[in-house]
Amino acid sequence: MDILKIEGLHKKYGAQSALTDVDLVVPKGCIFGLLGPNGAGKTTLIRIVNQIIDADSGNVSVNGELLAPKHIKSIGYLPEERGLYKRMKVGEQLLYFAQLKGLSSHAAKGKVKYWLEKLEITAWVDKKIEDLSKGMAQKIQFISTVIHDPEILILDEPFSGFDPVNAEIIKNVILELKEKGTTVMLSTHRMESVELLCDHIAMINKSHKVLDGPVHQVKDEARSNTFEVKLRAVHQPLPEKFTGAIEMAGMVRFDVSLGDDAPNDLLKELMGYGEVVSFSEKIPSIEEIFIQKVKESEYE
Amino acid sequence: MNKVFLVIKREYLARVRKKSFLLATLITPLVFPAILGIFLWISLSDEGGEALKIIEVVDDSGRFFLESNGQYAFSYSKLPVDEAKAMVQEGKRYGFLYIPQVDIKNPKGIVYYSEKNPSMGLVSHLERELKRKIEEIRLFDTGIDPKVISEVRTNVSIQSVTLEESGEEKLSNAGVNYGLGFFLGILIYTFIFVYGTQIMQGVIEEKSSRIIEILVSSIKPFQLMLGKIIGIGAVGLTQFLIWIVLISTISTVVMGYFGMQMPQQQALEMANPEAAQTLANSSDIAQIMQVIQGIDFVQLVLTFLFYFLGGYLLYGAFFAAIGAAVDSPSDAQQFMFPVTIPLIASYFALFVFILDDPNSNISFWLSVIPFTAPIAMVGRASFGIPAFDLVISMVALIAGFLFTTWVAAKIYRIGILVHGTKVSYKTLWKWIKQSN
Repeated sequence: MDILKIEGLHKKYGAQSALTDVDLVVPKGCIFGLLGPNGAGKTTLIRIVNQIIDADSGNVSVNGELLAPKHIKSIGYLPEERGLYKRMKVGEQLLYFAQLKGLSSHAAKGKVKYWLEKLEITAWVDKKIEDLSKGMAQKIQFISTVIHDPEILILDEPFSGFDPVNAEIIKNVILELKEKGTTVMLSTHRMESVELLCDHIAMINKSHKVLDGPVHQVKDEARSNTFEVKLRAVHQPLPEKFTGAIEMAGMVRFDVSLGDDAPNDLLKELMGYGEVVSFSEKIPSIEEIFIQKVKESEYE
Repeated sequence: MNKVFLVIKREYLARVRKKSFLLATLITPLVFPAILGIFLWISLSDEGGEALKIIEVVDDSGRFFLESNGQYAFSYSKLPVDEAKAMVQEGKRYGFLYIPQVDIKNPKGIVYYSEKNPSMGLVSHLERELKRKIEEIRLFDTGIDPKVISEVRTNVSIQSVTLEESGEEKLSNAGVNYGLGFFLGILIYTFIFVYGTQIMQGVIEEKSSRIIEILVSSIKPFQLMLGKIIGIGAVGLTQFLIWIVLISTISTVVMGYFGMQMPQQQALEMANPEAAQTLANSSDIAQIMQVIQGIDFVQLVLTFLFYFLGGYLLYGAFFAAIGAAVDSPSDAQQFMFPVTIPLIASYFALFVFILDDPNSNISFWLSVIPFTAPIAMVGRASFGIPAFDLVISMVALIAGFLFTTWVAAKIYRIGILVHGTKVSYKTLWKWIKQSN
């Protein structure tokens, strides 16, 4: 079941295209990484899903229904540029945001209590935001995003502003929400968190979608069929096709492009030259794929 | 609609709970009467306590005799001009009036010397007295008995009465109505500026602290803008109502106090013929009281409230749009111009045209144009406004604020999401035209 489906989305600001014919499908219950360099159109896409701005053409549907004002309640949004009312108390502020999303006053109060207890910050309830540190305020900000139990959580750079300890706490909360069935759309430049958290990724560059799919599939497709080999006790000279060999601590290390051969044939051949210590396929990281894709589209 | 109410509630409580609101609300109604009281006290003690000012008069013509009064005494002598001048310089005399041998048909060369600039009051008093004397002398010269002259001299004071449609007659007083119109006009002007600026600052706060992006993912920008404008307007209204209650309570108490003193004072004056002058003054006060009582305060307050709210909504939308278009209050200056100009223009028109003649053509048009109507109409309110003018003006004002809100919402919706760009009038126009 796809919780969010985007079809043929176009958006222009004056003469400049922000989104060109973008299709996206977000399966329910996954963590979906939305990647792309600055100015690629990610924020525009997110704003359209949040009904902050309208697309020029194209459809967005949630659970099979066209996006409508009633879906505001189903979406939680943490923008990259975010803030809180400085002179408002933590508790009142959370209550306000929860009610704006459509929660009743009673339900909202319960949720505020639940989240403050969960993150062990009940003592802050009567503090004003201006009296909190930046990291503390970020926690409140995060709560304000999830307080109404949204089905879809859209997080734009969720970890910025957190120290490693708190970033870990937030990461665990995100994983916990995923376990409970929340679908998370994550937009970030931190590739390590993408690799760690995301099931699906999509990449936007210069208003176009350039990549889309489950993480393992994306990685699979990006494989160049290259193996990294380490040999010990090499007793005869290596043939020319094993170029770029480096000798180190009695070992030789080099990359081999497999071509049309099966990996086992290569392995057999290598065994004839010496003792195989390591033989592993080189799988590109998401970061490498990201950089590769951005470069590719630059040459176009 | 529920969400608009949430915004209204937040905006209202955030401001009403501030200490500065409490202070301004409680102190202002005390400060105004206090300032008024201080002026009254100073002017009263001025009259009673000051020493008699002696003015030396050298009258070469020998035909003018000025009577001394409570404030000025005239001492006649035949001193040479230089000596009289020296007396003024030495401080022995307050001033020196020199009357040469004048041609009674064309009196010229009368000079008043003093150390300080003489007050307008003194100069006009002297001119009035001399004029009266000259007229008497010339009448006498034509052979009319001075007795007859003093017999025919009469004091006239016109009482003006307005005829109500109900047939009721009301004592009116242009001065009281003028003062009331002046005061209410200034009140509206101040309210629109103070609360309009609060709207603008509120919008800039949400924009610059980036709360806005979270807000508009939960609520439509138009609802947010409306909630903010109404919420802050409610703060103003609350403040205004508290002031009315406080001021009317205070004045009731004060009036009650003076009312108890009044009979006592009058009895004192009856017994003391010298105080007849004061009696005449107090009957003036009584007349003003009667005029004030004759004003339909319910209608006045309702008219004021309508134009207060209408004007606030009309301009409030603009203030919200300005806040949305800029990144900081200092950038707002360039867009304040079109908002400030009609406000200041109607403020000046209040003095120049409206209070001068509340039923003139220009007063009518100023009350119909929505941008000037709030100040113009409250200026006219205490004089009584024809029903026709009132209806046209109110309809125009409602249409006016619907229009400004519509325009402002278009600017607001786009402006709140634009950061770090210098916005010009051209950009604003583009935003207004933009459909989404």
